[in-house]
Amino acid sequence: MNLTLKIWRQENPSAKGGIKTYQVDDVDEDMSFLEMLDSLNEQLNTAGEEPVAFDHDCREGICGSCSLMINGQAHGPEVTTTCQLHMRSFSDGDTITIEPWRSDAFPVIKDLVTDRSAFDRIIQAGGYISANTGSAPEANSVPAPRDKATRAFNVATCIGCGACVAACPNGSASLFMGAKITHLGELPQGQPERDSRVVSMVAQHDHEGFGGCTNIGECTAACPKEIPLDVISQLNKDLRTAIKHGY
Amino acid sequence: MAGSTLHDGSTPLNDAARQTSDDAHGYYIAGEPLVDPVAPTGPIADRWTTRRFENRLVNPSNRRKLDVIIVGTGLAGGAAAATLGEAGYNVKSFCYQDSPRRAHSIAAQGGINAAKNYKEDGDSVFRLFYDTVKGGDYRSRESNVYRLAEVSTNIIDQCVAQGVPFAREYGGLLDNRSFGGVQVSRTFYARGQTGQQLLLGAYQAMERQVAAGTVTQYTRHEMLELIVKDGVARGIIARNLMTGEVETHLADAVVLASGGYGNVFFLSTNAMGCNVTATWRAHRKGAYMANPSFTQIHPTCIPVSGEHQSKLTLMSESLRNDGRIWVPKKAEDCDKDPRDIAEADRDYYLERIYPSFGNLVPRDIASRQAKNMCDEGRGVGPMVGDFRRGVYLDFSDAIERMGEDTVREKYGNLFDMYERITGENPYQVPMRIYPAVHYVMGGLWVDYHLQSSIPGLFVTGEANFSDHGANRLGASALMQGLADGYFVLPNTIRDYLADGPFTKITEDDEAVVEARRSVEKRIDTFLSINGSRSADSYHRELGHIMWEFCGMERSEEGLRKAIDMIRELKKDFWTDLKVLGTADSLNQSLEKAGRVADFIELGELMCIDALNRRESCGGHFRVESQTDEGEALRHDEEFAYVAAWEFGGEDGSPVLHKEDLIYTAIEMKQRSYK
Repeated sequence: MNLTLKIWRQENPSAKGGIKTYQVDDVDEDMSFLEMLDSLNEQLNTAGEEPVAFDHDCREGICGSCSLMINGQAHGPEVTTTCQLHMRSFSDGDTITIEPWRSDAFPVIKDLVTDRSAFDRIIQAGGYISANTGSAPEANSVPAPRDKATRAFNVATCIGCGACVAACPNGSASLFMGAKITHLGELPQGQPERDSRVVSMVAQHDHEGFGGCTNIGECTAACPKEIPLDVISQLNKDLRTAIKHGY
Repeated sequence: MAGSTLHDGSTPLNDAARQTSDDAHGYYIAGEPLVDPVAPTGPIADRWTTRRFENRLVNPSNRRKLDVIIVGTGLAGGAAAATLGEAGYNVKSFCYQDSPRRAHSIAAQGGINAAKNYKEDGDSVFRLFYDTVKGGDYRSRESNVYRLAEVSTNIIDQCVAQGVPFAREYGGLLDNRSFGGVQVSRTFYARGQTGQQLLLGAYQAMERQVAAGTVTQYTRHEMLELIVKDGVARGIIARNLMTGEVETHLADAVVLASGGYGNVFFLSTNAMGCNVTATWRAHRKGAYMANPSFTQIHPTCIPVSGEHQSKLTLMSESLRNDGRIWVPKKAEDCDKDPRDIAEADRDYYLERIYPSFGNLVPRDIASRQAKNMCDEGRGVGPMVGDFRRGVYLDFSDAIERMGEDTVREKYGNLFDMYERITGENPYQVPMRIYPAVHYVMGGLWVDYHLQSSIPGLFVTGEANFSDHGANRLGASALMQGLADGYFVLPNTIRDYLADGPFTKITEDDEAVVEARRSVEKRIDTFLSINGSRSADSYHRELGHIMWEFCGMERSEEGLRKAIDMIRELKKDFWTDLKVLGTADSLNQSLEKAGRVADFIELGELMCIDALNRRESCGGHFRVESQTDEGEALRHDEEFAYVAAWEFGGEDGSPVLHKEDLIYTAIEMKQRSYK
């Protein structure tokens, strides 16, 4: 198939960016979306134009590096990561618009690459269980109810890609944060720090410039790992409880 | 336990075919034999305990004065950064990704082994040790592997305490499964995403230390040179990938946890950014590279669909528990709809050749037989080049036996992944699979303390060579990464750091200036060659050579040819490379050029190593060394050594140092899965 690509090009964080139009021909439907961009880049390199920068790494939907707005949708039309999107989801003659994640808290570094280090700082604020190496008790000494452990796992599958933020009209990272709070809060090991965790993570989230949640649900619709919206309810519940406890 | 063996039906060692030729003569210089200077002695079960006690301690107030650089944030690097940070050392952590959480450990699916014996099925530390040495085809170090098995149980405790959501039984206790052809259930797992959950545990522990101020993380930074002063590792030169700035980072010790180099084959299951640069730069500065040709090829990957392919995707080999592998008996059936091929016309070749293990033979055997079927012209799927590169993995019997719902429950996520990538529904049409490069057992040589041949330089996880011999068992990579990071390195590096703090070196030291200048010069060269080809195109070409001649099956003739081709490719690379953009900004083509340049040099050494080892062992199959039945044939009397290669200079030949492998706790046997 032959495609027209409209791609955001921006030289550096302070440069003014803009959309440039490219033509790619003979795209195979078995190609992944990123392989299609590889072929564009090979074409640009030959023509003497600097290739388009984009984040990608594992290309199997688990590392969370890839991060493209495709025709206005985070990760494009399917419920998956950009790297697992294949060209059979498009048709000959399509025009595809490709932009970086949209959020003030994720500033553009170059072209389609954004700075998502705010997510690391939210985790630093409390997205962990404090257990120094060597201090752990025997693993089976604390049973964890299976239903709770299963819920913990289901939300722990978040890959930290930031699609939730990019899709949210408020630029909120509540789904990302709620997933971690729910994961750790469902496990017995996560209880001692449960109150302080939610309070500090929320404070960091707001400090980073992410917006508040108004229950629109775009985040969960865009999430390639289908993290459910109820993690945000859990987040709010845990926050209320923490405040009640005097935090 | 010295001298004891387990009864597993293995046939005795075949030493009849002993041969003495040296195929790599002329390609290398023979060096002095190598011994591990800190190898422990005494009863094997006591060695690690004794060593932990013997290793000196560092006073807590001195720890914060000691700087440790850790390159890589996967299981080995992330766990080490967290642990050394907790201990109070001043840690600087580097990764090329935009977050430590994205290191490629995240992609491991199956599970992590530990000798907990929760199933009371006869498992023990000794059995895990024995299985690992045997699985590695007796090319790993006994003491190191025993230690790995010993600390495996601590890893599970640690991970559970961190909140890793392992699969659990209804009573709330941890679940286990059997994995990779072993007869006990010792694998802990988190659905098909065990690596992700373990890595997030290590990542969160590390981020906690970032918040505590003991760890400083440098993301989007790539190590481009090792600083060696008076023969001792004292820091690294790294490029800030966002700004292009070349930065100097000095330290009292450097740890490389930078992963494996499977991407030398271009197509592999590694992430696109995985590379050999950190370890290769250290190799050029004096660190020995051990058994570089030991590569693991994983049998159950999704086949190549065309020339555009940029990477391969693995599907957990747990699929082999219920799927049946076959190809058509007749080549003319290969382009038919598989559902139209009659049962009598199908060749379930693994069940035919290995009736007792069937579809569950080890990875190396399953991979090689798939290649043999395709080479015979009985492969399936699209033509790639002159061959169809695929075999069927058929679940129709399993669906009939267990019902589609049960199959969906067990393998649903893998089936979905397959369908997303291929566009075919595996509940209706048999999947197609083909082997792909997945892991490298080779890596920088380290002693029992994980210290390389450069004092002050430590190497952990897949980046070192020590624990898996010539073949790694399933669910053991995660075990080794975390063992090294949480429990081994922190207890060995302290013996080195006990001599510190060392004399400070400064940025204007000659060794630092030289390292920095060489990095800047290399970057300038990449940008100024101004030829016609992208780094990516060279990478693809190198990958073709490596896969063809240094992949699943290697021959003397092929390897010699490959070395010539790689030398030509190298010349072409340095004269016709084209890298656009500038040095002072994010430039992914420039990053790629540096990685490909190092892969080319590594590729040549891998071929020389493979040429030298005229025996078949583990994942290394030499056509000149097989039994009458076409099975791998080891030659223990000649090759029971670690091949540790010293860099021989820009145009010189590498120097081979042999470290003899001596087994006292178990007896060497020839593997048999018939």
